[in-house]
Amino acid sequence: MLNRKYKEKTIESVLFSVSALTVVILFLICLFLFRDGLLLFKDTSLLDFLTGKFWYPTSVNRQFGLLPLFFGSLLVTAGAILFAVPLGIASAIYISEIAHPKVADFLKPFIEILAGIPSVVFGFFGLVVLVPVVRTAFNLPTGQTALTGSIMLGIMALPTIITISEDAISSVPSTLKQGSLALGATRWQTIYKVIIPAALSGISAAVMLGIGRAIGETMTVMMVTGNTAIIPSFPGGILDPVRTMTATIALEMGEVPQGSTHFHALFAVGSVLFIITFLINLIADSIKKRYRFKVD
Amino acid sequence: MANKLKAYTILTLLVIGLVFLGIGCTGNENSEGSSPVQDISLKGSDTVLPLAQAEAEEFMIAYPEKSVTVTGGGSGVGIAALIDGGVDIATASREMKADEIEAAKANGINPVEHTIAIDGISVVVNSNNPVSELTFDQLRGIYNGSISNWKDVGGEDRPIVVISRDSSSGTYEYFKEAVLLGDEYRPDALTQPATGGIVGEVTQNSNAIGYIGVAYLDESVKALSLDGGNGSEYPSSENIISGAYPLSRPLYFYTNGEPSGLTKEFIDYVMSEDGQNLVLEVGYFPINQ
Repeated sequence: MLNRKYKEKTIESVLFSVSALTVVILFLICLFLFRDGLLLFKDTSLLDFLTGKFWYPTSVNRQFGLLPLFFGSLLVTAGAILFAVPLGIASAIYISEIAHPKVADFLKPFIEILAGIPSVVFGFFGLVVLVPVVRTAFNLPTGQTALTGSIMLGIMALPTIITISEDAISSVPSTLKQGSLALGATRWQTIYKVIIPAALSGISAAVMLGIGRAIGETMTVMMVTGNTAIIPSFPGGILDPVRTMTATIALEMGEVPQGSTHFHALFAVGSVLFIITFLINLIADSIKKRYRFKVD
Repeated sequence: MANKLKAYTILTLLVIGLVFLGIGCTGNENSEGSSPVQDISLKGSDTVLPLAQAEAEEFMIAYPEKSVTVTGGGSGVGIAALIDGGVDIATASREMKADEIEAAKANGINPVEHTIAIDGISVVVNSNNPVSELTFDQLRGIYNGSISNWKDVGGEDRPIVVISRDSSSGTYEYFKEAVLLGDEYRPDALTQPATGGIVGEVTQNSNAIGYIGVAYLDESVKALSLDGGNGSEYPSSENIISGAYPLSRPLYFYTNGEPSGLTKEFIDYVMSEDGQNLVLEVGYFPINQ
């Protein structure tokens, strides 16, 4: 008996330390990221970094301005969300409310496969197929634009948005739905007057997580957006090349001398990226909590 | 049903067990079979990396008891490692700078330069582009932003889409030094993470111009003849080896003092006929001896 109790305790503590490890790893990543990022501000002021309009890391007059990279990320992500949210929510509604269960069962695995495709494959597809299409469609000098990145990121964010919205929609209590139908509402009226409002916080959480997925994506955007570090005009800049924060780190980390200002600047960009995704996840989490409360 | 499940479980465990057994066996053989008695390490330029790796592989096939380790990181990284005494050979796609030599001397290191091969950079455009030659001034104008239309350099009235490599590429630095003469790249130049990206964009975009190592030239793009002041030269192997083509550079090994022992053997191998044939195979050019 005693033996059995010990065994339980051991297993429990092993499982606890494994899950605690995740927290420790996250904490260590924060620590190292911020430690190296903060060293940048020995040479450059925080204000220059956050409001600088030029990113010239290797020139004689080095300038580490975050704005071109920040707006690059913002533009590509905003485009991706504009593209992915309507499609994603529409698919989620179709799968959970309208489609025949057999059709839904057929569609779901494909959406999951879409989530499993490596980002470099998306990037390659974008480079070979989408870039020439965008160039000829808009008659541009080059097809490597923010729009191309947005479309690719939109496709990549779709599975996240569809799966989580679908969860939210199917967990709307069926009594609400039946009540609406019993009152004589049509199926469409039930969907947009009852089900979507009831699932709205879950859908918002899905959108936030989709944004998180899009803003952190590196390989695909690096391959299709042209990586030009100038502040894009808005909204016309969607048809110009842009450079995102993630692509900058991936492009320049290779040969940057360790401990140099440039090295620390890349870490500072990484810290900004980390803070942004952290905030997005916090928001998504709090929306989700609210929604759980509502459904109960 | 339960029996079947049990049988599957046992079978799976058996297979996993066998796999691990297999891993264990080869591990043992390796550690007993060929423990290297001598080894040297090379570090430096990513341009030299494929060549150094190929040379090291062939060298180790010829002398299995010797081991040559090659890592990249960039010319500056390799030279820094040589100054710290961390490597036997630093590989570089540029000459050591004066301050680097000073730092080495201060550290008791006497860097000796060995030219092992020549690399050519070709400027490429789409095959539909009527432009087939540029002067260095025109090329500089295109890359620093003062020329933005093909008609200014004898082509059609179309915008020029300038493509550069990322700043961690050795070619990026070399091109900046040799063509831009220290000017900045135009800020709206597209930046590609790899040579393949440049070839891809140039192949499908008739406005584009980019630069790649001659090793990567193929029929999908058109290489331009360049005029560095002594007439227009096409990046052919003869022109690069003779030095007539203006965008070519030597690739170097740096050692601490005159090489001896395994370091000397390896450098001698690279300079031998076999070694220099390998240079051609990798896509660089052998040096005149």
